[in-house]
Amino acid sequence: MDAMAAVKQTFFQECEEQLAELETGLLAMERGEAESDTVNAVFRAVHSIKGGAGAFSLEDLVQFAHVFETTLDHVRNGALEPTADVMGVMLRAADLLADLVAAARDGLSVDSGRSEVLVTELTALSPGGVGADTEEEDDLSDFSFTPVTVAFDFSDAPADAGRSYTITFKPRPELYAKGNETALVLRELERLGQMETSCDASALPQLAELDPEGAYLEWTIRLTTEKGEDAIREVFEFVEWDSSLTIQASDADADVDSGAGSTEDAFAALLRSIQGDETALPTATAEIIPLPLAEEREAVVEVEAQPAKASAARNGSGGANANANAAAPQTIRADLERVDRLIDLVGELVINQAMLSQRVMEAGHVPGSAVALGLDELEHLTREIQDCVMAIRAQAVKSVFQRIPRLVREVASMTGKQVRLITDGEGTEVDKTVIDRLNDPLTHMIRNAIDHGLEKPEVRIAAGKPAEGVVRLSAMHRSGRIVIEVADDGAGINRARVKAIAAEKGLIAADAALSDEEIDNLIFLPGFSTASEVSNISGRGVGMDVVKRSIQGLGGRLSITSRPGKGSTFTMSLPLTLAVLDGMVVTVADQTLVVPLTAIIETLQPKPADVHGLGGGARVIAIRDTFTPLIDVGRELGFRNTATDPLVAVAILVETEGGRRSALLVDTIQGQRQVVIKSLESNYRHVPGIAAATILGDGRVALIIDVDTVIANSQSDATILEPVLAAAG
Amino acid sequence: MIKHDNSSRELIAFRIGEQEFCVDIMSVREIRGWAPATVLPKSPPYVRGVINLRGAILPIVDLAARLGFQPPEPTVRHVIMVAQVGTQVVGLLVDAVSDILSVTDDAIKPTPDVASDMAKTFVRGVLAIEGRMISLIALDNVLPTLEPIAA
Repeated sequence: MDAMAAVKQTFFQECEEQLAELETGLLAMERGEAESDTVNAVFRAVHSIKGGAGAFSLEDLVQFAHVFETTLDHVRNGALEPTADVMGVMLRAADLLADLVAAARDGLSVDSGRSEVLVTELTALSPGGVGADTEEEDDLSDFSFTPVTVAFDFSDAPADAGRSYTITFKPRPELYAKGNETALVLRELERLGQMETSCDASALPQLAELDPEGAYLEWTIRLTTEKGEDAIREVFEFVEWDSSLTIQASDADADVDSGAGSTEDAFAALLRSIQGDETALPTATAEIIPLPLAEEREAVVEVEAQPAKASAARNGSGGANANANAAAPQTIRADLERVDRLIDLVGELVINQAMLSQRVMEAGHVPGSAVALGLDELEHLTREIQDCVMAIRAQAVKSVFQRIPRLVREVASMTGKQVRLITDGEGTEVDKTVIDRLNDPLTHMIRNAIDHGLEKPEVRIAAGKPAEGVVRLSAMHRSGRIVIEVADDGAGINRARVKAIAAEKGLIAADAALSDEEIDNLIFLPGFSTASEVSNISGRGVGMDVVKRSIQGLGGRLSITSRPGKGSTFTMSLPLTLAVLDGMVVTVADQTLVVPLTAIIETLQPKPADVHGLGGGARVIAIRDTFTPLIDVGRELGFRNTATDPLVAVAILVETEGGRRSALLVDTIQGQRQVVIKSLESNYRHVPGIAAATILGDGRVALIIDVDTVIANSQSDATILEPVLAAAG
Repeated sequence: MIKHDNSSRELIAFRIGEQEFCVDIMSVREIRGWAPATVLPKSPPYVRGVINLRGAILPIVDLAARLGFQPPEPTVRHVIMVAQVGTQVVGLLVDAVSDILSVTDDAIKPTPDVASDMAKTFVRGVLAIEGRMISLIALDNVLPTLEPIAA
C-alpha cells in the first residue's frame, strides 16, 4: 500500500500544478485571450485531475470535475461564449476544485452546499442543459483511469454506428509549411465517430537523409460514423490541397472484426505490458463505450507517467498529442537537501579559492605570473559556478502571485467592492527561502489594499472614478534586492483620521507636528488599526505592524507612499536570498562578530560627555536628546569581565523588531560584508544571543549577533539592578 | 556498529594525557589537525568553540575536559577526530591518535566498578591489549544537552 500512497502523493503534487495551470488559463480567457491552446490547456487540467481522482475513488472530486469539464468542453467547441459572467463562474469553480483537491488530500470534506450551487450554475451554462448524457458516459469510461478495461471491451462495440469509410491521407511538406498539423486533423476526425488509425512510415528515410521539413508519413484511417462523407471532407477542408487524400465508403458490417494490428490492439498490448500482472488496480464498473482515440491516448500517458513521476512529461498531458512537441523547457525534480549541500560546497569552494590566492601571493608570486593567471581563471570559474548554483534554487515569484487572484475575488466579494488585479513581473526570480515566506505578508498587504485602500463602488463613482478599483501587484529586481509593490487606486491615507486615531490611542502626542510621511508611517505602529468596525478580513488583531516586523525578520523593509484621492503604494524590499545576509563585521574582545545591517540605524563615536553611568554597571548614551541604553557586547556575551571604555570603542545604534533602540558597544568596525548564513543548531545547539554563524574570507567562523536577544538579556540583567537604580534615582 | 565475522570490530584508539581511549571506527569520519576555534559565548568549559569544516559549522569538544582531566593547551600536534554522534557531527580534541584495533566483542571487558560519574557516563568497557588498558567510550553524551540557562 506504500507504493499506492506514494502514487497518491504524486497525484496531489501534480494536482497543484494542474490547478495553477487551470487558473492561469482561466485568467487569460477572462482577459479575452481565449486561444484554442489556452482553452485546451484548461480543459486538460480539469480532465487530468478528474482522471487521477477517479483512480483513487475520490467521488466528490470526480463528480464536480466532471460537471466542470462538461461546461468547459462547451467553451472548447465553441458552443459557449466565454463572457465575463461565464468566466466568473468558471473561476469560482476552479477555486472550489482547488478546495476539493485540498480536502481530498487532507481527508476532510468541503461544504456540499457550495458544490451544489456551482454544479447548478455550471450546468445552467451548458447549452444543452443537463441532458448531455451521451457525453457523460463517454467521460465516465475515461475517468475510471483504467484503460485496460476499455481495451478488452472493444470487441463488444456496437457496430451500428453508421457507415464505414477508409481514408488515406498523405500530407505533403506544404501542409506543414502552412502551419497545419496532422494530429489536429486526426483529432478533429475522431470526433465524428469510431476510428482506427494506422501509419505507414515506410517512406521514412535514414536520419542522415531526412529533410526536417519534409513529409514522409501516410495515414490510413478507418472511420465508422453516422455523418456523411461531406462531414469528413469538411475536416480536411484546409489541408486537402496540400496532401493526397482518398475517402472510400465501405460496408459497415465487414469492418467490425477487422482491427488486426489496429491501434486498439496496440494500446491493449501496451497497457498490459505496463500493468503487468497487477490485477489489484481499481477497475471501472461503469458501462463502457468505445472511447475517442484522444481520450485513450491521454489515459495511456498518465499510466505511463505515474511510476516515473515524470511530472514534466505530464505537465503537457497533451504530451501524447503531437502538437505538444513544441519544446517546453525540461525540468527535473531534485531533493532540496542536495541542492543546499551543493550550495554549501560551492560557498566553501569560493572561500578556499580566496585563501589559495592569498597564499600564492604571500609565497611571492607576482600578479601576471603563470600561477597567478591560473588562479584568476579559477576565480572566474568558481564565481560562475556559484551563480549557476544559486540560480538552481531561484524560483519565479509566480508561484506566490498565482494564489493572489483567488484571494482578491474572495476579499472583493466579502467587502462588496469591485476589484481588478493587475500583476506584473511574475517571472522575477528570488531564492526559494524567500519565496516560502513571502505568502503571509503579501496576503495581508493585498487584503489591506482592498479592505482599507479601495472605496466602495458608489463612493468611487461619486468621486468620478470607475466603479472597479485596481490593485496592482508587481515584482522587480532593484540593486540586488527584490522589490514587490502593492498599489491601489483608492482614496489614499486619510491623514487627519490616522493622526486622530494615533493620538486617541496614545501613540503620539495630540499636538505633535508630523510630516505627511511621518503620519503615513503611523499605521506601522503596534496597536494601530484604522478599521472602525473590526472586519472579517483585515482587523484580525494583526495590523501592518506585524507585516512590517515579519518583513524585517526576513531582512527586508516595508514603506508606504500615499496620495489623497489617488491611492497608496506599499513597497516591500527583500534580499534575494535568506541564505546570505548583509552584515557589519566588528571586533569584540578579539572575536570577530557580525551585526545584521537591517538592525543598524547608525554608528557613532561616543564622546565623554554623552556617556552616563546609572550605577550597577548600567550605562546610557545621549544621542540627540534621548538617552539610549548602552550595551557592552563583550560583557553581555561573556567574552570579557571588565567594562569596555566607551571612549576607545564604537557605538552601534540598533533598533529591535519591536522598535526599541539601544546602542551596542564594540571595539572596532572592520567593514560591511555580505555573509553566508550557517546554522549552529545543525551540529550543536542554539546559543543565546547568537542568531547563526558564518564563514569569513579567511575560512574562520564568525558569529552573527541576535540583536533582539542581546538587548532583551541585557534588560533582564538590568531588572536585577532596579532597586539600586531606584535608590540612586 | 558493523560486525564482521565472529563479531569482531574495529576501534580507533587515541591518547589523552597518559590515558588511552577508543571509539568505534565507524563513528569517526576523518581526523584533522588542530586549528583555532571561534569561541562560543555562554558555553560549557569543555566546548572549545566552532570551526569551519568544509562549509559546515563544527563544534569542538575538548575530550580531556569532558572526561574530567586537565585540559591541554592545544598545539599543532593535537588532533581533532571528526565523529558522527546521532544526527550531528562533532569534532573531538585529543592529544594523538595511536592505533587502529581489531578486536572481538569478548575482548571488551565490563567497566570496573568505580565511583566516578564520568566513567559511568562515557566508558562502555575496557580492553587489555599488550599490557595497555584502553577504555572504550560512547559518544552519545559528549555534547551538552539543552539545559535551561540560569537567569
